[in-house]
Amino acid sequence: MKFTLSWLKEHLETDEPLDKLAEKLTMIGLEVENIEDKAKALAPFTIARVISAEQHPNADRLRVCMVDTGDGGAPVQVVCGAPNARAGLISVFSPPGTYIPGKNITLGVGTIRGVESRGMLCSAAELQLSEDHDGIMELPADAPVGRGFVEWARLGDPVIEINLTPNRQDCTGVHGIARDLSAADMGKFKDPGIRPIKGEFPCPVQVTVEDPTLCPGFALRLVRGVKNGPSPEWLQQRLTAIGLRPINALVDITNFMTYDRARPLHVFDAKKVQGNLTVRRARDGETLLALDGRTYTLDSNICVIADEHGVESLAGIMGGEASGCDENTTDVLIESALWNEINIAQTGRKLGINSDARYRFERGVDPAFMVPGLELATRMVLDLCGGTPSENVVVGKQFGEDRVIDFPLSEVKRLAGIEVPLVEVKLILTRLGFMLAGAGPVVKIAIPSWRTDVQGKADIVEEIVRIVGVDKVPMTPFDRGEEPRKPVLTPIQQRTRRAKRALGARGLVEAVTWSFITNDAAKLFGGGQAELVLANPIAADLSDMRPSLVPGLVAAAQANVNRGYPDLALFEVGQVFRGDRPEDQLVAASGVRHGDASSKGLGRHWTGSAAADAMDAKADAFAVLAAAGAPMQALQIVPGGPAWLHPGRSGTIQIGPQNVLGYFGELHPRAAEALGVDGPMIVFEVILERIPEAKQRATRAKPLIDLSTFQPVSRDFAFIVDRTVKAGDIVRTVQNLDKKLITGVTVFDVYEGKGIDPDKKSIAIAVTMQPRDKTMTDQEIDAVAARIVAEVTKKTGGTLRG
Amino acid sequence: MSDLATLEKSILDQIAAASDEAALEAVRVASLGKKGSISALLATLGKMSPDERKTEGAKINLAKDAVTQALATRRDVLKAAALDARLAAETIDVTLPLRDTPADAGRIHPLSQVWDELTTIFADMGFAVAEGPDIETDDYNFTKLNFPIGHPAREMHDTFFFNPKEDGSRMLLRTHTSPVQVRTMLTQKPPIRVICPGRTYRIDSDATHTPQFHQVEGLVIDKGSHLGHLKWILHEFCKAFFEVDHINMRFRPSFFPFTEPSLEVDIQCRRDKGEIRFGEGEDWMEILGCGMVHPNVLRACNLDPDVYQGFAWGMGIDRIAMLKYGIADLRQMFENDVRWLNHYGFKPLEIPTIAGGLST
Repeated sequence: MKFTLSWLKEHLETDEPLDKLAEKLTMIGLEVENIEDKAKALAPFTIARVISAEQHPNADRLRVCMVDTGDGGAPVQVVCGAPNARAGLISVFSPPGTYIPGKNITLGVGTIRGVESRGMLCSAAELQLSEDHDGIMELPADAPVGRGFVEWARLGDPVIEINLTPNRQDCTGVHGIARDLSAADMGKFKDPGIRPIKGEFPCPVQVTVEDPTLCPGFALRLVRGVKNGPSPEWLQQRLTAIGLRPINALVDITNFMTYDRARPLHVFDAKKVQGNLTVRRARDGETLLALDGRTYTLDSNICVIADEHGVESLAGIMGGEASGCDENTTDVLIESALWNEINIAQTGRKLGINSDARYRFERGVDPAFMVPGLELATRMVLDLCGGTPSENVVVGKQFGEDRVIDFPLSEVKRLAGIEVPLVEVKLILTRLGFMLAGAGPVVKIAIPSWRTDVQGKADIVEEIVRIVGVDKVPMTPFDRGEEPRKPVLTPIQQRTRRAKRALGARGLVEAVTWSFITNDAAKLFGGGQAELVLANPIAADLSDMRPSLVPGLVAAAQANVNRGYPDLALFEVGQVFRGDRPEDQLVAASGVRHGDASSKGLGRHWTGSAAADAMDAKADAFAVLAAAGAPMQALQIVPGGPAWLHPGRSGTIQIGPQNVLGYFGELHPRAAEALGVDGPMIVFEVILERIPEAKQRATRAKPLIDLSTFQPVSRDFAFIVDRTVKAGDIVRTVQNLDKKLITGVTVFDVYEGKGIDPDKKSIAIAVTMQPRDKTMTDQEIDAVAARIVAEVTKKTGGTLRG
Repeated sequence: MSDLATLEKSILDQIAAASDEAALEAVRVASLGKKGSISALLATLGKMSPDERKTEGAKINLAKDAVTQALATRRDVLKAAALDARLAAETIDVTLPLRDTPADAGRIHPLSQVWDELTTIFADMGFAVAEGPDIETDDYNFTKLNFPIGHPAREMHDTFFFNPKEDGSRMLLRTHTSPVQVRTMLTQKPPIRVICPGRTYRIDSDATHTPQFHQVEGLVIDKGSHLGHLKWILHEFCKAFFEVDHINMRFRPSFFPFTEPSLEVDIQCRRDKGEIRFGEGEDWMEILGCGMVHPNVLRACNLDPDVYQGFAWGMGIDRIAMLKYGIADLRQMFENDVRWLNHYGFKPLEIPTIAGGLST
C-alpha cells in the first residue's frame, strides 16, 4: 500500500514530521517498508541553462558546455555526452559532490579526455524519474534557472509504502491509515460526513443478483451527460506518485476511491451496456476481453456482471474492454458492490489477475460503505465531469451485521501484562471508531463495520496494546517453576544428538540434504509410493519424499568428487519416510565414504592410507549404535543386505530377523550407475527408532568391579576353516565356552592365499583368560585350550593350523 | 721390570686399546678368567712358602686390582660411547606433518550446532522439546491454526501438496512447525512449555529462500503467562544466543492468524562489510514473530480461552545461524560442499553447554 504525505494530510491534520509519522506507523502495526523522499534525495539538483555547447577537442561524441547555474557566479564548464546538449537548452544540473541515484555514484570534479568537468547535466534516468537514458532532460524555456528542480517539478511529496498485513483491509485506503494515526496521537482525523446526492430520475438499468452468496450487495447509479477527459492535475499527480497511470477522469476516480477509501468501484459506459445487468456465475467457456487487454476463459465458479450481450465484467476483479469508459463516454454507470472474499481470491488466483480491486475484495471491504462510497464517487464525477445523476439502485444488503461484544477490562492485564486505565481505553477505541458503553468491570463494545478483522476480546486487547505501544509492556521474568531439572530431550532426540557427535568424532562431515529426491532414486531405495509423491514439486528431480538418506548423500558426495575433492566422508542424521502417517517418519543416521577415506583419515598420507571399504562403514554404523545406547552384545551381523548394496560386501545389523537396525557395505554397482555416481561408494544406514530402549535403572551407581589379583593368560590359536565360515561365529563360540574365565577374544590375523587351500582361510585368534581365585597351572591352561579347539572344530569344522 | 710388572702393563695396554665391550671382555677373560694370565699367577701361590706367598700374593693382588679397576673404567667409557653412537644413529624427522585426528577432521553442520544451542538455552528455562511429522494434514497445518479455508493468509504459505486421497483429503508438507504446537496442546495438559524445532517446506527458491528450511517455535500455555513474560523470554534468549551482554529489541504489532495480539520482533544491529554485530548500531533486523495464542486455536485444541492462555513464537533456525555465524548465502547450507562444511562446521567435541558457553 502506497500513498504520499500530502495525501495522508488530506485526512489527517498534523504537524508531525515525516520520520515521526513513519516510526509511529511501524509501531502501530502498519510497517513502513520504504519512504521515497525525492525532496531529500534530489535536493542538490537545480535548473540550469546551457550557454554554449562546443565540440570536445579530443572526443567526437562529447561536448564541452558552459552552464549558467543561476547562482550569480561564473558559468560552469561541464563535459557532456548527451546528443541533445545544445546552447539555450534548460536542463537539470548537479554540482560535484552530488549523489546520482540512477548511477549509484557520487560526482567529483573530473577531467574527461583532457578537459575539466565541474558537474553534470542529467537525464531523467539518472534521477530515477524514468527509464529515459536518451539525453539530458529538456525543461520548458520558462523554467526558472537556479531553482531547485524537485520543488519546481513538484516531485517533493514523499511516497510512503506500507507492508500491510492481510487482516487490515481498512488500511488499504489512506483514510483508514489516517484514522489509525489519529488514534495514536499523531493528529486530528478529518472525517466529514458523506452527503447523499439526490437522484434526478430513476436509474433505467435494473440489476438482478442470481446468487447472493457471491454478491451480498450491489449498488448502481447512472450519471448522464458527463464530459470525460483527462482528470485534473492534482488527481493525476496523486496517482502517478504511487505508480498508477492516469487514464481518464472516470477511471481515475475509481482508482482514487480504491486507494483513498479502500472502496473499489467499476464504471461502465452506459451506452455500451445492453439492457439490464445480471450478477451471475459465468457459463463454462464464456470469454471476456478484460481491461488489461487479455482474454479470459471463464467457468461456472467465476462470478461475472453480464448484460444482454454477455459478460461485461469480472465481478470485483476487473472490468471488460467492451463496456469500458473512454473520452467519448457521455453516460456512465457507477457500480459499488460487495463480493464473496473467498470466491474473489479463487478467481483471481485461477485467472492470475492481481488487481487493486481483487486485493481489497479478497480481504473484505467495509460493507456499510458500499452506498456512501457510491455517493462519494458520484460527487467526484459531478465535480470533475458534470452530468445529471439518477437515483441509486441497491440490491441486497447495504450494512454489515451489528457486532457488540462484552469486554472485561481485566483482559488487557491478563493477556498483555499491562494495566491501561479505562479513560485511555475509551479514548483509543473511540478514536479507532469503536463505541463503548458502561464503566466496567465489563464494558460493551460495538465494533465498527470496517474492522472485519476484529472478532473477539483478544482482538480488542490487540487494538489497545498496539496503540498504547508494545514497548510499554513491562518485561516480566518468567518463573521456570517447580519442575525438577531433568533432561528434556526424548530418547530419539538424544540418539540423534549423540549419533551426530559420534560420527563427527569418526572424522565424518555432516551434510544436510533435501528431503525430496527423484522418483527413480526413491524406488531404488524402497520408496516411491504414491502417497509420498508431491503433487507440485519445485523441480522434477525433487519429487518424492526420501525413503533413505543414502541417495541424497551419495549425490552430495559425487558433487564433491566432481568439484575435485574425491576423498571424503559425509554423514547425515535426518528424517526418512515410509508412508504419510506420523509413525511412518523415522530418523536415519547414514554415511558415505568415497576414495581414500578409510577410518584412518582422508587422502594419502605417509602414515598410510587406504580406500574406504565396507568395514569402515560397519565401524561407522557401530559408532552410531554404541552412541545411541544399543545393546552391542545382542547385535547380529548377517552377510548381505538390500538390493542397493553389493551382495558380497555388505551386511545387515539386526537383533533377530524381525528387528533390522541397519545396513552397511559397498553401494551396488547397478545402484551406483542408476544414481549416476562413479567409483565405489561405501555407505551405511541405521534407523534410530529400531534400537531397543535401554531398561530404566533405579540408580546411577555402576555395579561393583572385580579386579582380579592373578595374572591373565593369553593363548593364540590359528584355525583353518572353509572360506564361508564367519569369523564372528568363531569368536562367539570361544566366548560362550566359559564367559567368566574367557574375558577377551580378538581376531589378529586373517589369511587366504599361498600355503592354504583355495577354498579355505586361516583365522588367528588370541584368547585372554582371567583367573579369579588362583593362578592357572599349565595343565589347566592346556585343558581350556583343548576345549577351545574341540568346540571350534565342532561348530565350524575348522582345524588347528599346523 | 719384573715379569709381573710387564704383564700388568701389557694387560693395561690391552684394556686401553679395547675398542668395544666385546674386545674388553676378551681382555678380561685372558687376564682374570679361569685360565687368565693373572689367575694363573695366583694359582702359583699355593706352591710357595708362606713368607714368599705373603709378599708375592700382595703384589699379584695389587696387579689384579689395578686390572679390575681399569676394566671397569674402560667398560663405562665404552658403554657411554656405544650409547652415544646408537643415539646418533637413531634420528627421526620431527617435521613430518601430522594427520588430523578424526575428531579434528569431522564436522557438525551449523544447523545442528545451532539446534543444540537453542535446546540448551531453552532447556535451562524449563522448556521441553517437541517434534512432529513433516507430512501433515491441512487441518493441523492451517484450519486448527485459525487459517479459514480460502483465506488469503493461506496464500502467504506456498504449500507443497501430495496427491488427493480417495476421500478428497490431501496431505501436505508442513509450512511451519506450528502443527507441532497443535499436537502438543491436544495431547498434553497445561502447563505446557515446549520448543518445537523442525524442518519446514515452502515452494520458494531464490537467494534468501530454499524449498526446505528450519524453524523453531516456542509455546507456553498456562493460566497466567502474558506478553510481558513473552518479551522477557525472547530478550533473555537473544542475549544468550548471540552471546552479548545487552541487546535492544523492538516489538511491533503484526498479524498472524494463530496469535492475537501478534508481534514481530526486530533486534538492533550494526552491519559492517557483511559482518553483523548485535547490541550496537542503527539498523533494525527482523528476527522472529510471536504473540498470544489465538482463542480460536485454543478452542480448536479443546482448551477454554477464558481459563487458559499463553504465547508462542517462531523463528528460522537457518536464519539465526546465518546471522550469528556470518553465513552469507542460505542455499549453501544445503549444497554440502565439503570446503563450506569444513569452514562453517563445528568440531564434534565443541558441544554447547550452559557452564562452558555456547560457542566458546
